[in-house]
Amino acid sequence: MGEEPLVRWDWIGRNWPEILELAADNLVMALVPVAVALLAALPLGLAGARWRWFYQPTVGVVNVVYSLPSLAVFIVLIPVTGLATRTTVMVPLVFYAMAVLIPAVVDGLASVPDHVRQSAVAMGFTPLRRLLGVELPIAVPVVLAGLRVATVSSISLVSVGALVGRGGLGYLFIDGWQRQFPTPIIAGIVLVVLLAGLADLLLVLAQRWLTPWSAARVAARAQARPAAGERKGAA
Amino acid sequence: MGRLWQGGRAPAGDQGMHMITFDDVSKRYPDGTVAVDGLTLHAPTGEITVLVGPSGCGKTTSLRMVNRMVDATGGRILLDGVDVRTVDPPTLRRGIGYVIQQAGLFPHRKIVDNVATVPYLLGWDRKRARARAMELLERVGLDAGLAGRYPFQLSGGQQQRVGVARALAADPPVLLMDEPFSAVDPIVRASLQDELLRLQSELNKTIVFVTHDIDEAIKLGDRVAVLRVGGRLAQLASPAELLAEPADDFVREFLGRDRGIRRLSFVPGDGLRLRTDLTVPVSAEAASVRGTAEPWLAVVDGEGRPLGWVAREDLPDSGTLAGVPAAPYGAFVRERDSLRSALDAALLSPSGNALAVDGAGRVEGVVTRDELDAALARAAGGARG
Ligand SMILES: Nc1ncnc2c1ncn2[C@@H]1O[C@H](COP(=O)(O)OP(=O)(O)OP(=O)(O)O)[C@@H](O)[C@H]1O
Ligand SMILES: [Mg+2]
Repeated sequence: MGEEPLVRWDWIGRNWPEILELAADNLVMALVPVAVALLAALPLGLAGARWRWFYQPTVGVVNVVYSLPSLAVFIVLIPVTGLATRTTVMVPLVFYAMAVLIPAVVDGLASVPDHVRQSAVAMGFTPLRRLLGVELPIAVPVVLAGLRVATVSSISLVSVGALVGRGGLGYLFIDGWQRQFPTPIIAGIVLVVLLAGLADLLLVLAQRWLTPWSAARVAARAQARPAAGERKGAA
Repeated sequence: MGRLWQGGRAPAGDQGMHMITFDDVSKRYPDGTVAVDGLTLHAPTGEITVLVGPSGCGKTTSLRMVNRMVDATGGRILLDGVDVRTVDPPTLRRGIGYVIQQAGLFPHRKIVDNVATVPYLLGWDRKRARARAMELLERVGLDAGLAGRYPFQLSGGQQQRVGVARALAADPPVLLMDEPFSAVDPIVRASLQDELLRLQSELNKTIVFVTHDIDEAIKLGDRVAVLRVGGRLAQLASPAELLAEPADDFVREFLGRDRGIRRLSFVPGDGLRLRTDLTVPVSAEAASVRGTAEPWLAVVDGEGRPLGWVAREDLPDSGTLAGVPAAPYGAFVRERDSLRSALDAALLSPSGNALAVDGAGRVEGVVTRDELDAALARAAGGARG
């Protein structure tokens, strides 16, 4: 029919190295903020779990920042961190991730059953040892669930940075749109989804490895009956 | 199923060693609630002291003051002569086993590591701690195959056993148990109680056991402390004394119904007089016993085990007793069971007589209704006092 095809593979073939570079940039700009946010969310979440009066204001502040349109945040930041720099893009992403992760840490710690905490105290755990040996490990599944959400959304949010000249794969959207050329847009979308999916998969695997007890629990619920039957047995 | 006469251990009076002493202990919470008020109590070494009372009477608070999960606001608690307030809490707690209702197992650790928790805290090396944990799993009657599981893969009763094993792991002299068996069904509860008594007969720990179930208190306690709301001691006595002589209406009401019958559990059955002339072997000729004046005869097999009762009027003219249908019987183990079991056995027989058997189930003799009557009269006489 001689019409323009939706995806021009030859363009992708020619621009492969640049596309990969954008993907790598996207990944770095997405993951560094999540890592920073996790480091910040741990102490803030611990403090929030311990002192209720601390939790609400902290989450409030973070949520307000979260609600600000990213473009507005960029405009405020540009004089400080520069146009088209990674930092400008990453600073709001840190807050977005924190908005998810602080509640995740607090909820994770709240998921430690009271009788478990009490029995740790009764057996002579010091507070620090109880935190590291009992409370945080039990909080891990909930924190990891939050981490998955934060990571996936961070990977896709990076593209907004294209508006200020640094958006990782988001550059492909602007480029394709300006030239009325769909191939880069489609390649960008596919890659963002792919990166997000891959990161999520890795986190799921990490969760399996870190918390076999909770993975097994889920599996047991899925299988339900047979496992219950052989409880009594044993040679 | 009390135990006082089984082990032959007399309830300790005040002259024994006291592992735990509550000396005029009070606890007022910051909100003003007085949970415990002037409690003075000794928990003798090697015995089970049960704290029992209605909800909110301060049982948990009292227990937690021993390991300083709650600090007393008045009085002192001595553990082996040392005021617990002078000991650093984590150190104190590592020397005291603690078992609670929901077991409180760590969901993220395998059973073996749950049991080894305190040894790990005490710095034992992993191998030794795990070996000790395996030993304890066996001790509490759990299969070694469960060691590698996570707590959620165990039944409630199994989790509770793990909880007990964990409390015993570092071999503490003292165990605190806060309603440890109240979340499991009655059958499992009974077997956990029996298990605890068996363990205690081997280990002789000083146990303070909290429950709101008076029957559990009576079954398990060497001594039972009945508390009333406000954390005041209403009565401290052995189970038998408690049933025989409740100190006041509160205790009497708390003990509930059938107190007289339940008290018979604490009267040994081995003092009952036996008649040995009412037993006949199944191989005997019916004709040879037809002349008896007794309305009922107990038939036993070749090894002396009971088969049932035959009525004199059912005896045929010829043949052995094997051909005679035997009526149901009740039996009790004379050297172990109580007067209550003997009475129960009598009520299960149409003859109204109880069969006394030995540990192997062989008939030793018959306790007649008249003899039971006399024994009940003696027991009732003992209740006056
Ligand atoms: N942390 C606390 N702050 C204020 N009051 C408390 C606290 N803990 C317990 N109390 C109160 O102290 C009293 C005794 O409580 P405790 O838990 O010792 O009772 P209990 O005998 O164990 O009851 P239950 O059989 O219901 O477990 C109750 O009135 C309770 O409401
Ligand atoms: Mg309680």
